[in-house]
Amino acid sequence: MGGLTWSYFLKRLGMWFLTIWLGTTIIFVIPRLAPGDPVAGVISRLIAQSGFVENSAEMIEAWRARFGLDQPWPIQYIRYVGNSLRFDLGYSLANFPSRVEDMVAQALPWTIGLLLVATLLSFVIGNTIGALMAWERTPGWIRNLLPVSLTFTSIPFFMLGILLIYIFAFWLRWLPASGSVGRGLIAGLNWPYISSIIYHAILPATAIVIASMGFWALGMRGMMITTAGEDYMILAQAKGLKPSRIFWLYGVRNSILPQVTALTLSLGGIVGGAVLVEYIFAYPGVGYLLYIGIVTSDYTLIQGIVFMLVFTTATLVLILDLLYPLIDPRITYERG
Amino acid sequence: MTVQLERKKAAAAGANGREITLEVKNLKVYYGTPTGNVRAVDDVSFHVYKGEILGLVGESGCGKTTTAMAILRMVQPPGRIVSGQVLLDGIDLVGLNESALRDVRWNTLALIPQGAMNSLNPVMRIHTQIAEAIQTHEGRQPKDKLKKRILDLLTMVGLPSRIYDMYPHELSGGMKQRVCIAMAIALHPSLIIADEPTSALDVVVQRVVGQTLLDVKERMDVSMILIGHDMGLQAQLVDRIAVMYAGHMVEVAPVEAIFSEPLHPYTQLLIESIPSIKERKPLKLTEGITHDLRNPPPGCIFQERCPKVMDVCRRDRPPLRQLKPEHYVACHLYE
Repeated sequence: MGGLTWSYFLKRLGMWFLTIWLGTTIIFVIPRLAPGDPVAGVISRLIAQSGFVENSAEMIEAWRARFGLDQPWPIQYIRYVGNSLRFDLGYSLANFPSRVEDMVAQALPWTIGLLLVATLLSFVIGNTIGALMAWERTPGWIRNLLPVSLTFTSIPFFMLGILLIYIFAFWLRWLPASGSVGRGLIAGLNWPYISSIIYHAILPATAIVIASMGFWALGMRGMMITTAGEDYMILAQAKGLKPSRIFWLYGVRNSILPQVTALTLSLGGIVGGAVLVEYIFAYPGVGYLLYIGIVTSDYTLIQGIVFMLVFTTATLVLILDLLYPLIDPRITYERG
Repeated sequence: MTVQLERKKAAAAGANGREITLEVKNLKVYYGTPTGNVRAVDDVSFHVYKGEILGLVGESGCGKTTTAMAILRMVQPPGRIVSGQVLLDGIDLVGLNESALRDVRWNTLALIPQGAMNSLNPVMRIHTQIAEAIQTHEGRQPKDKLKKRILDLLTMVGLPSRIYDMYPHELSGGMKQRVCIAMAIALHPSLIIADEPTSALDVVVQRVVGQTLLDVKERMDVSMILIGHDMGLQAQLVDRIAVMYAGHMVEVAPVEAIFSEPLHPYTQLLIESIPSIKERKPLKLTEGITHDLRNPPPGCIFQERCPKVMDVCRRDRPPLRQLKPEHYVACHLYE
């Protein structure tokens, strides 16, 4: 009868583990392929700034020993993987006493909150609009939204963000232009704090929703048109079912399946794609942190963020994958 | 809002006193194209008696399915019913508004669709699909009563009760088609339209499905229109045959008469073309071409392919006239 089986679950869990391990390995290898030495790089930058650093050779050795860079690669690798698995991501190079995992842990809830909500909103709104565009009973003005959604798909969301800031923050002064929460509020589950978060999230979320909605709408419209030609749509009509039932349970229900697959794929791009949005709105999420890391050449921070991205993306995809047989009964995991 | 339609049971009676379930009068269905209307069904009239199976035959594109869709009021745009009446139990379906139409659909008029393979919603369990047909028209039902009713329906079409909980993709083509039959009889309709119900199935399964249709008809005293071009199947199942050509009804007669003494030249060619394993016959119907359906010639619609064409056939269109009891033909040969 299909559905989820233990053997599939374990297999899928193995894949999840493998994905994270591969990602971790790539993060480890790439900086080491680059010429030069991170400690020597820092010291030479110090030399360039102040003209002279005492005992620079000893300092380099001391720091190399401090970061374990004097060890051979395999040992470094094993220690790195072991540390990563315990979410020990090391110290930030640019903000030394801060630990990377603390910095990421502070930023991650903001990004996940903003992006997950915005992505799901745009998925729901976009697909509904797309389905309505292809439905013959829809009023004409909605069906004519096609060119509009095409336009929005082709505007990158950072451009839309700048436009929104200009209109709503600078010109109308309705919404804040940057930040994630007002100053001087007590963090916690109290209404002033939560409402401030929502208030600050409206603009960046709107930018993401509007810019990505068209993508869902276009895909859904195409799927609905294909579905409308299916024989079961004719039988549903002949059965005298209510149009709303035919629309949701026959049309949308069957058309949404490939859209969910696309959602799984787009989750991977979520955080990476939001770097510019977070930067424009000075939103303290992972994207903004990554931007800072790149600007300040903070390698440990960049590595830590990439590791966390690999981890969250793999986990989200795992969850959606396990949910898939619930929405499409034809998917069986028995034969793997 | 449900508009309960009163069924006028003894609404109309044929010449021989038999009760008529469906009467189609002067039905015209045109498909609008940029270069003119395609006359898919042009002035078609026929009737179906209570408890009989009427076979509707003709080559591909002759308007069989369009006729069926017009009876269901489901002609897809750019097609539209231009004029005519479809009287089912005395009620004209052409004039009904949408909600009254939804009430008639499945209650009195059911469909067994052409593509059995894809006619069930792939993401819905079998019992849900049958239940929604029942509950849409009869309102919410107690669960156990509903389940028993659905299981009875499945048994009636020869399906095991284990498919109750299954999804369509877990059934074979023949089983899916029988699910469609079970669904069609769920509300005891007056008329079932079966649109090539066996065309996608192999011969063995065709036989099973055909037998199921016959059983259902006998047991429920329902009228049926069986659309198809499998003359063998028609000969086994139907009571009367209506032959269509290029959107026109050319001959309607009891099944024995169609096979033993076909009157219309088209029907004659059709019967002669039925393959036999004893002898190999050349296909006779390939001569000539069908005219452009947007611009039918004056006179008989079969004139360009008719081996017995006369002058009058090029001028006047022959009306469908009764030649013998229950034997109607539209041809100038018999004037």
